[in-house]
Amino acid sequence: MAEKTLTRADLSEAVYREVGLSRQESATLVEAVLDLLSDTLANGESVKLSSFGSFVLRDKNGRVGRNPKTGEEVPIDPRRVLVFKPSQVLKDRIDAALSK
Amino acid sequence: MIKSELIEKLAEDHPHLYQRDVERVVNTILEEVTVALEQGNRVELRGFGAFSVRNRPARQGRNPRTGDSVAVKEKHVPFFKTGKELRERVDAINS
Repeated sequence: MAEKTLTRADLSEAVYREVGLSRQESATLVEAVLDLLSDTLANGESVKLSSFGSFVLRDKNGRVGRNPKTGEEVPIDPRRVLVFKPSQVLKDRIDAALSK
Repeated sequence: MIKSELIEKLAEDHPHLYQRDVERVVNTILEEVTVALEQGNRVELRGFGAFSVRNRPARQGRNPRTGDSVAVKEKHVPFFKTGKELRERVDAINS
């Protein structure tokens, strides 16, 4: 299958086509959605989008890591990471479309 | 935050739009990402992250209760890799 990469421009185009806002406004709204998602997550709040998936924050403990090349021990600080948990609906749709 | 709260907040920030249209914007974006993934495409949103599909090949699994070996079919699963900017913002205490 020829793989294509969609970007913000494709999402704006879809909004323009489906919702009927101007191109300018469609682009602004796509950016506003991504900004609000990012700001919410940056504030430490998870986001749940029904039938799509959840963006969940996870606090990882610090641990001793190792440089795989040199074998040297390096401390890894505790950190917070973002994980996307796809909903069952999304998983089912993608698997149905692609696994034959 | 859940989807309805996201829509409400966006509608507040864009008072000249109907909430109904804001709802359609959000749903259109999510549907567009889903359709792209269904077609095996990637969605790359700089600063936010990238959605892609990962292939899990068929394998010989085991029923953990009985120990019987079972054939597990090939699977395609959605995957999200957090973008650099968002990754750093989420972990602001360290970065």
